[in-house]
Amino acid sequence: MKRFDVSSVSKELKIKMYMRMQQIRMFETRTIEHAKQKLIRGPLHLYIGEEANAVGACAALEKGDYVTSTHRGHGHCIAMGGDLKKMFAEICGRTTGYCKGKGGSMHIADLDLGIIGANGIVGAGMPIAVGAAIAMDNQSRKNVILCFFGDGASNTGSFHEALNMASIWKLPIVFYCENNHYAISTSSSDSLNIHDISIRALSYGIPGKTIDGNDALEVYLTTREARQRAVNGEGPTLIEAKTYRTIGHWIGDPVRYRTGSEEEEWRAKCPIRRLRDYLLGTKEATEAEIAHIDTEVKAEIDEAERFARESSDPTPDEALSDIYA
Amino acid sequence: MREITYAEAIREALCEEMRADSRVFLLGEDIGIYGGAFGVTKGMVQEFGEERVRDTPLSEHAITGAAAGAAMTGMRPVVEIMFSDFLTIALEQLANQAAKAHYQFGGQVSVPMVLRTAGGSGTGAAEQHSQSLEAWVCHVPGLKVVIPSTPYDAKGLLKSSIKDPNPVVFIEQKLLYRQKGPVPDPGQEYDIPLGVADVKRAGTDITIVTYGRMVPRCLEAAGKLAADGIDAEVIDIRTLVPLDKPCIIESVKKTGRAMIVHEACRTAGFGAEIAAVIADSEAFFHLDAPIRRVAGLDVPIPYNPQLEASVVPTVEKILAAAKDLLR
Ligand SMILES: Cc1ncc(C[n+]2csc(CCOP(=O)(O)OP(=O)(O)O)c2C)c(N)n1
Ligand SMILES: [Mg+2]
Repeated sequence: MKRFDVSSVSKELKIKMYMRMQQIRMFETRTIEHAKQKLIRGPLHLYIGEEANAVGACAALEKGDYVTSTHRGHGHCIAMGGDLKKMFAEICGRTTGYCKGKGGSMHIADLDLGIIGANGIVGAGMPIAVGAAIAMDNQSRKNVILCFFGDGASNTGSFHEALNMASIWKLPIVFYCENNHYAISTSSSDSLNIHDISIRALSYGIPGKTIDGNDALEVYLTTREARQRAVNGEGPTLIEAKTYRTIGHWIGDPVRYRTGSEEEEWRAKCPIRRLRDYLLGTKEATEAEIAHIDTEVKAEIDEAERFARESSDPTPDEALSDIYA
Repeated sequence: MREITYAEAIREALCEEMRADSRVFLLGEDIGIYGGAFGVTKGMVQEFGEERVRDTPLSEHAITGAAAGAAMTGMRPVVEIMFSDFLTIALEQLANQAAKAHYQFGGQVSVPMVLRTAGGSGTGAAEQHSQSLEAWVCHVPGLKVVIPSTPYDAKGLLKSSIKDPNPVVFIEQKLLYRQKGPVPDPGQEYDIPLGVADVKRAGTDITIVTYGRMVPRCLEAAGKLAADGIDAEVIDIRTLVPLDKPCIIESVKKTGRAMIVHEACRTAGFGAEIAAVIADSEAFFHLDAPIRRVAGLDVPIPYNPQLEASVVPTVEKILAAAKDLLR
């Protein structure tokens, strides 16, 4: 039983959400292979299991909206329609990547798409979102910032400073907490004395909602409502989505801090399978149509991977450019 | 030329840039009706309104981050952080976010923001409100660092900083706020580019490289040296990053003696960098004496006025060091 009304969500949008989630899943699965072959250096924080959050939330955005992302940012970028080739190339450190190979996995940005950047410092994107919202306010734009952060980030000072500022100035921000229940190995039950992070909204006098982050439709509808509130000038909303990364914090994580049965429980809640089953159940898509999407996405990932493989590394002098604008 | 104070000169720069460019706005604690911790923004909220002179909560981290975010999305924010000591709190957003965004995103964004703050001792504000932390920010590529010593320089350099497409840390000097100096009338534009030092006194016998509040002290010392027949050149570097290396090197080649004066602690202070610039250059071969640093002692700034005065360079200390070098 759905707790909300999905009748306002078009079939096309649902199918697009399925496609985007598959893009994220297949993209990241492919990067794991690369990392194992040591073709990718540095940490890769993967989003596997959390795809419905980025895809559902970003689907609620309109042209001109912004996103601030996190260290676990591939999903946000793909959900915003990011260029898979430039992403793959960036993660491989190639000169054809989003950041000329100088940012890597944790620093992908695409200003044209409104992605103000992933961030290697937990919580640091939150004040930046406040600033982008002030800019929108000053420019009298009817747009919003979607600010992603984790349960770990909700314990930083940035969280408090940003939510307080956004609330007093009624800034157009949707604060979206991806509560995947862990900050690296630290369980949120050990780092929070409350069950739902969303109740913190009370201290800022803004709405707080806890939702199922593995349900793309619920994510979409909740974010859409929060977005509407923001553009109406009513201020920010704190959404807390319960979700789970079904793999380690990063690809080298041996995951010694939780049980296999807990992981299994969450794998059963796979957001992609869930939307597929839903689409099949409502007959909004056929098995053949779904299979066709999967094949097309796979081809895109193949192409992105090939592009990254065939691209060259930056020349040494590139290290000296872009220090100052 | 009319004379105005250092604080007035800064206010004029802010007002002129805000009138000229609607993207420029101010962000900081108590900068509205209260006029800022040192009165620099007094009266500005009346002219520009609360949106452009935005009083913030007590949140240095988020103020600085918000400036970075606004700068990345088309605005030109100028932040006021009351005391440069609180750079420690703003540093995350300054060093890890604002300074690196342009580079790490492959040149896609620029961060045209200015962080104004007040540095230096001499007010009895003790350990946590008196520091000179410029070296902390000079060490981060991507930031520019400016410390003006006169009203004329303060106005010109602040205007250049606001127009600069990069994050600029603009460290004002508490003890100079009330000092008056000649500044052209409003509307009479003049340009002081970042990265150009100013020879505040030309001389042939010894080069004194300094900045900020130590500039007037070095000039006073140079006056006393002149009475003894010693002709000192005083270079005010004005911007620490980018640094006008040619100006320093040429001067030392001419005088053969180099002395660096700053208020900040000696160890790992910016003077060490200047000394290295000289030692690394052809000026080295012209040196007739070791390079000398006159700097703050490696101690926190104490409260007691006698103690406070004793831990930073005085005219007497500068004089003594210069004479020692010329022996
Ligand atoms: C300020 C800061 N502290 C610590 C780290 C190291 N670190 C990287 S990710 C992470 C956990 C973040 O947890 P959360 O916000 O819940 O996001 P998640 O990784 O679960 O998506 C930590 C501690 C960091 N990058 N930045
Ligand atoms: Mg987490």
